[in-house]
Amino acid sequence: MNFTDEIRKEKERWEKAMLSKNPADPVKTISGLEARVVYTPSDLEDYDYLRDLGFPGEFPFTRGVYPTMYRGNLWSMRQYAGFADAEESNRRFKYLLEQGQTGLSVAFDLPTQMGFDSDNPMVQADVGRVGVAVDTLRDMEILFDSIPLDKITTSFTINATAAIILAMYLAVADKQGVPMEKVGGTLQNEILKEYIARGTFIFPPRPSLRLVVDIIDFCKDRVPRMNTINFSGYHVREAGSNAIQEAAYCLSSAITYVEEALKRGIDIDDFAPRIAFHLIVGLDFFEEIAKIRATRRLWAKIAKERFKAKNPRSMMLRLFCGSSAREATLREPLNNIIRATIDMMGIVFAGAQSASILSYDEAYTIPTEESALISLRTQQIIGYETGITNVVDPLGGSYYLESLTNRMEKEIRALIDEIDEAGGMLRCIEAGKVQMDVLKNAYEIEKRKQSGEIVIVGVNKFIDEQKQDEEIVLTQIDPNIARKQIERLHRVKAERNNESVKGALEVLKEKAMGEENLVPFILDAVKEYAAVGEICDTMREVFGEHQESVVL
Amino acid sequence: MIRVLIGKPGLDGHDKGAKTVAMALKNAGMEVIYTGRRQSVDQILNAAIQEGVDIIGLSILSGVHIEVTEELITRMKEKGIEEIPVVVGGVIPKKDILSLKEMGVKEVFPIGSTFEEIVKGIEKIVKQQKG
Repeated sequence: MNFTDEIRKEKERWEKAMLSKNPADPVKTISGLEARVVYTPSDLEDYDYLRDLGFPGEFPFTRGVYPTMYRGNLWSMRQYAGFADAEESNRRFKYLLEQGQTGLSVAFDLPTQMGFDSDNPMVQADVGRVGVAVDTLRDMEILFDSIPLDKITTSFTINATAAIILAMYLAVADKQGVPMEKVGGTLQNEILKEYIARGTFIFPPRPSLRLVVDIIDFCKDRVPRMNTINFSGYHVREAGSNAIQEAAYCLSSAITYVEEALKRGIDIDDFAPRIAFHLIVGLDFFEEIAKIRATRRLWAKIAKERFKAKNPRSMMLRLFCGSSAREATLREPLNNIIRATIDMMGIVFAGAQSASILSYDEAYTIPTEESALISLRTQQIIGYETGITNVVDPLGGSYYLESLTNRMEKEIRALIDEIDEAGGMLRCIEAGKVQMDVLKNAYEIEKRKQSGEIVIVGVNKFIDEQKQDEEIVLTQIDPNIARKQIERLHRVKAERNNESVKGALEVLKEKAMGEENLVPFILDAVKEYAAVGEICDTMREVFGEHQESVVL
Repeated sequence: MIRVLIGKPGLDGHDKGAKTVAMALKNAGMEVIYTGRRQSVDQILNAAIQEGVDIIGLSILSGVHIEVTEELITRMKEKGIEEIPVVVGGVIPKKDILSLKEMGVKEVFPIGSTFEEIVKGIEKIVKQQKG
């Protein structure tokens, strides 16, 4: 009798002798996968260590993308920041850097993300509200004032207007005397999930995809330290998907982008080493860690087997990880510090390269300086005080985690196959199918919360009535911010050479009608201080605007 | 049958709340029209007039609930449709609930409100309105 048979036999004995006398209610993970009472080697029958796990830094990268992981460098701590105008945000950036943050992550306001200038009457209420307002290069010059762009890398949560923000960042670096090839950072540049979840689209999906690939193509030789796209499952999960959908939609979108780039004649190994993923780690601790490990393994296989990548760096799933925002509560908001701490531990056990966690007041609004600092300190305490960073993938080998990782991989792959069969991610989004499936899951989760089946401490269990009226100090946005921002924009418009702006925009329009890469022409317009809205309006004339079909 | 218009004003794209509430109202037997994201106040009101709805629900999560609701109520008066009751849901701090009600909002459903509370609340308001 071999080892596993012996264990299986013993397990059957134990189930009869012990478990039948102590029955446990069935339990599922948040995404609906059954969890047994205990896991043993018999739950890992077709498990092959060298094939499924291997060693960190090597295919299939289940255990991590770098050989020594946090023994070499801790993850980069990037709290998402930006509000009001460039001056205020520049001050917050410098504060976070002084406090030991190792990179920047910029939040833009919605008008900037959607290609409207601050003087557009439609958007007044949104100027500077959920991020920093950027209209022209002048704002970016102020935003990065005295921040050396050859030393600090910046992550930009920017999608529809990613090419413009990239161009502005390069132009600021140029003014600092930093050449393009030394500029490092990350662009989210992941437009597909905007149609499913986040909503900051401008153009229809197809011209938007062209812009995404333009950026990838432009950066691969000229800005080699720029991560040109962040395949994002995060927002789809926040919009209500389960963990399997999050990973599968993210990977299916990744497949779509890669195919677009390949169609353009770009070699996979020329751009895949500069792509990263953005996934979430929420409170269902083991499922989230298993999801990340499974997604890492799947991406390695997709890059190698489906796209025939040769460079191992193309197969590495570099991960920017966020904590869960949907699990943060308005009631007893300080409890969100504990939730974010647990998420952050999951992020470390999952082996992320970069992290941003939610601040306790973010269920209400963007964080105060105090709450943002607590988030950074949470990351630092886990990184420097706990010792959990000493060993790579310390949970690897757990019977439960490995079994769950295998199960997640199977489920995610099945959904990817389903999307492939339905014609790919773009078609599934255009048909509204993905949006509907996410909504159905969101509705079910919400019902489970309201029935108390999903426990939320302080909200649907252990409720302190006295705490219900508690008020906390929140970030207050200066109500004059829109006026101030408009004044600055109008000053820039008065000072710039309006003829040159017009000329640059005309060239951009002409090129948008053709097939050339648009980034160099956007860069020309940006350098003339053309505004985000002006540049987008030029492209709107050619590409049109996306009209959302409402799925109910 | 109660006809409800769910409007998502402004640029904010977080519409999980708007859509799940729409689904809950639909399951409760109401007819629900969801405008989709990124609607101006006028677009929402035009849809409300066109569809002849009994009630308008706004979903706002980006902190602009005071400004947007104020604009909506003003425009409703200008258009002479101020009799259509308005409810607001989303991330609404407690201190703003009273301000919204003073503007004429019939009910506020901040995050944490259950589907049942929203369904019952809407039924009650529409019943009162129809006298």
